[in-house]
Amino acid sequence: MVWIAIRMLTGDATKFYGLLFGIAFSTLLITQQLTIFVNLIERGASGVYNVPSADVWVMDPVSRTTDVNLPMPSTALDRVRSVAGVEWAVPHLRAAASVRTKEGDLEGVSVIGVDDATLIGLPRRMALGAADVLERPDAVVIDDVGTTRFFPVGYDPVGERLELNDQRAVIMGVADAIPSFTSQVTLYTRYSRALNFVPGTRNRLSFVLVGAAPGVDAKALATQITQDTGLRARTRDEFARDGVDFIIENTGIPLNFGITVLLGFVVGVAIVGLTFSLFIRDNIKQFGALKAIGVNNAKIRRMVAAQAAMVGLIGYGLGVLGTVGFIWGFSSNPTFKGFYIPWQVPLISLVAVTLILALTGWIALRRVLKTEPAAVFR
Amino acid sequence: MSSAVETTAATAIAAISTRGVARDFTAGQQTIRVLHGIDLDVRAGELTYLVGESGSGKTTLISIMCGILWPTEGEVQLFGTDIYRLSDSALVDFRLRNVGFIFQQYNLIPAIDAASNAAVPLIAQGMDRLEARERAIELLAALNIADQADKLPNQLSGGQQQRVAIARALVHRPRLIVCDEPTAALDARSGRRVMDLLREVALADDRSVIIVTHDNRIFDLADRILVLEDGRITHDGRDMPKDH
Repeated sequence: MVWIAIRMLTGDATKFYGLLFGIAFSTLLITQQLTIFVNLIERGASGVYNVPSADVWVMDPVSRTTDVNLPMPSTALDRVRSVAGVEWAVPHLRAAASVRTKEGDLEGVSVIGVDDATLIGLPRRMALGAADVLERPDAVVIDDVGTTRFFPVGYDPVGERLELNDQRAVIMGVADAIPSFTSQVTLYTRYSRALNFVPGTRNRLSFVLVGAAPGVDAKALATQITQDTGLRARTRDEFARDGVDFIIENTGIPLNFGITVLLGFVVGVAIVGLTFSLFIRDNIKQFGALKAIGVNNAKIRRMVAAQAAMVGLIGYGLGVLGTVGFIWGFSSNPTFKGFYIPWQVPLISLVAVTLILALTGWIALRRVLKTEPAAVFR
Repeated sequence: MSSAVETTAATAIAAISTRGVARDFTAGQQTIRVLHGIDLDVRAGELTYLVGESGSGKTTLISIMCGILWPTEGEVQLFGTDIYRLSDSALVDFRLRNVGFIFQQYNLIPAIDAASNAAVPLIAQGMDRLEARERAIELLAALNIADQADKLPNQLSGGQQQRVAIARALVHRPRLIVCDEPTAALDARSGRRVMDLLREVALADDRSVIIVTHDNRIFDLADRILVLEDGRITHDGRDMPKDH
């Protein structure tokens, strides 16, 4: 009977494709929007992800994220270095600055000062040049997405001079970095040079990046640092989570994306529900005849379930495929750099599609089950 | 007609028995009784017509007799089984194994071919689809439309669709065949041909065929005619009463 149900479904091409479209569109909307949402809010942690070598981030107790921080006195570095279990500790500066572009426009940038000796604080990979270019005078490394803000696509910015807070800076390399939440241009330079680029108050040290000694647990070390220094210490994962939470708590993004996801669900219910009920209405005589012949309700339920499952699987597959195509198609666009589909997102879409089909299938099924077999004689 | 009656009457045994069957329908506040205590025995091996004007209760009676509509009162025995004492699922299963239906509008499934349509009762019984299809094709051959087995219903003429519907009603060898207005959409010649066909392939010593009709062009082909008026059987005989 399942075979008959599937043939009944596919035999009406218009409704079959209508159902597929409804599910695929709904899946696409939910999956794509959730994917963008997750990737977007994860950028709140990009500053942490760009420094994978740091096990623990140490900061002033009021600092919340890589971008929302209160500088500490430089003595904090020595205090952290003195904590047992610390393998290494380096200074890290993050501050805002302005760059005057060639066109004369003013562009806000983020300046990151990395450790002079070890260059810890730079992203792991360079897109152009090597990390040691920072040894050169006035050298800065720009992030790859930032180059698209300052220069035409495909332009090699190495050697370009910038007016950074009224001082000369020369781009000597391009870092392969995860863009920040705001996609602001980021310039990496040595810590000592960053102090010159970015005027500030008495305290300039934004963070102390810490590497744990072999065998020392990062979480335990963070607790130890806080205990010994009074500073706030967060493991890499914790601090990344802080960045994400900050975006969730302080922006309307979750609400806006949530509304779009909900709309995707509602659109799915509307299209699928309408098409499914039309399909059932058009086939109600056949279902009635089957019931009269002796097809019991359990078999009818299985038939409708098989129809829903088939539409669901194909539509869901197309929707997820559409999202993969979307991400792949825009992968070269700086806005979508590094975007990926977390495994939880297709799972959530699957649950949503299952709910849509269960709801619409149940409504459609009710009509079939309520149909009296005797109705076929009327 | 008479020859058929003579050949079948000798072997006729009780197939359907109704006792005191009544049925009410509720419309708003009003309850209307459409059948009034029907007592009836239908023998196997007979082609029985149920005749009456629209609203006379013939559809209700046929629905009750074949187990798809519960009577308000009374009992119905099909081949010795009191069908309305069966559980819902047992009744559905009983119908699947013992009753074949030919609907006025055929109600074939548009998306599957003629052979598969004819095989539906066997598939519903759990038989392998291909095996059921083979059985259906044998029956379609007996109905002279084996060459149409692979065609979809909308590729068949009305007459061919009806033969497929007949094949579907017979494929699982039920003991009761119920036909609803089988000649309503046909001209006189085609109608008689369908009735001949039904007599030829459907009627058997252990099987009863009940036909709901008001087509007076085929009244002469019946073994027995039951006339229903206002929910009561007003005539039971081989021929129609003179005043009809």
